[in-house]
Amino acid sequence: MNRHLISAADLDRDDAIGILDTAEELARAEGRPIRKLPTLRGLTVVNLFYEDSTRTRTSFEAAAKRLSADVINFSAKGSSVAKGESLKDTALTLEAMGADAVVIRHPASGAPRRLTDWVSGRVINAGDGTHEHPTQALLDAFTMRQRLAGGPDRHGRGLDGVRVTIVGDVLHSRVARSNVLLLATLGAQVTLVAPPTLMPYAVDTWPCRAGYDIDAELRKSDVVMMLRVQQERMSAAYFPTVREYRRRYGLDSSRMALLPEHAIVMHPGPMNRGVEIAAEVADSDRSTIVAQVANGVTVRMAVLYLMLGGAAEGSA
Amino acid sequence: MPRRDGEGWKAVLTPEEIRRALTRISHEILERTHGGEGIVLLGIPTRGVYLARRLAARIGEFEGAPAPVGSLDVTLHRDDLRLRPARALQRTQVPPDGVDGKTVVLVDDVLFSGRTIRAALDALNDLGRPRAVQLAVLVDRGHRELPIRADYVGKNLPTAYREKVRVRLAETDGEDCVLLGPALPGQVGK
Repeated sequence: MNRHLISAADLDRDDAIGILDTAEELARAEGRPIRKLPTLRGLTVVNLFYEDSTRTRTSFEAAAKRLSADVINFSAKGSSVAKGESLKDTALTLEAMGADAVVIRHPASGAPRRLTDWVSGRVINAGDGTHEHPTQALLDAFTMRQRLAGGPDRHGRGLDGVRVTIVGDVLHSRVARSNVLLLATLGAQVTLVAPPTLMPYAVDTWPCRAGYDIDAELRKSDVVMMLRVQQERMSAAYFPTVREYRRRYGLDSSRMALLPEHAIVMHPGPMNRGVEIAAEVADSDRSTIVAQVANGVTVRMAVLYLMLGGAAEGSA
Repeated sequence: MPRRDGEGWKAVLTPEEIRRALTRISHEILERTHGGEGIVLLGIPTRGVYLARRLAARIGEFEGAPAPVGSLDVTLHRDDLRLRPARALQRTQVPPDGVDGKTVVLVDDVLFSGRTIRAALDALNDLGRPRAVQLAVLVDRGHRELPIRADYVGKNLPTAYREKVRVRLAETDGEDCVLLGPALPGQVGK
């Protein structure tokens, strides 16, 4: 595995399957009386969050704590960042505190990559602007493999031939970007469906297909992933009204009925119920939204273990 | 019948000797645990798991009921994790009745420094509280670095510290044998 995890493209197929397999074994420890493992004892993981997040931050925190690492939570609100401290100065502070890994979320695309120049520990991207969110893609892939490639022999397997449709605000979605890259690495066929205004300009260079007819795509999908309409990143009007968006791209129960019998419905959260996904769809037994959160902890444990658990390259 | 190949590996246990050693260990386990009352066999991956299954099958033949068998991965509890790149995890599978109040017999292929067994004791501690823990190994090659000993030993094999011991089993390697390899300069390993 690479030294840092900035993009889902940093992972080759063996790395990605290795993470999923490791997560699979770690998930088995969940039912035990003592869930804490001593593996990362004495190491420090810093959660550096410049954007609001409940799911991802608590998920990384739980993952690091279950592996016995010390966790320092650092959020931009109420810290020196509010007084104008730059990312570089914050990074140097963390460096002086001896952070073995920095988990960073930042509103600017590329901030995690920049951070790798300033800290000696590992950097894990927990979402940067509209760029990438690789651990979300890993937990989505893990959930897909769990639900679709069932049976005990899924160890070592990818997602070959699985048809995934990602619907919604692709333009602003780091989740979509990371998922497209990772799912392509794992052999899945990805189709993006979005209003033309929310489809990225260079989508034809991505390893996926783009479509605009949601109903036709749903009929041939094993997985449908609904993206959140990201009002906070939209400075212009990308679609006329929320009502129109819901009618043309939202997933309600009549649309869900178009899906094949075995297909699953995913959402990276947080959901806008009644916009991109209807409440009865989100709560149906086809929805994996709660499982995705639970899997997030084990997948992040796997990432932390594989990045921090062994010797650093070169010193082995 | 000592056999040496071109690279200097010598067979120290033949398939028949392995079979006899496992049969003897099965009898010893039954004797020491009063007919296998409340025992659980936990193999340490990779080859310990197959040895544990073989012991469980033999105990089943002798006593009518097969002994509960599982596997215990110790990777996350090892003390030498930071000395090597991160390793893939192996399966931990505990029989449905768990280990609480049971006599757990840990099974491994080679007993060397004792560090794997220390890690196994820690890992076991997280799974529950066995009544007693015992250790069965196919080969004890000496050179302990911790106060750990085996309760059941297939063969005591005097070795030099730098020599290598390799256990091959039909399930993983297509044949049963134990090989003793030459001391390689600057390299220590089982």
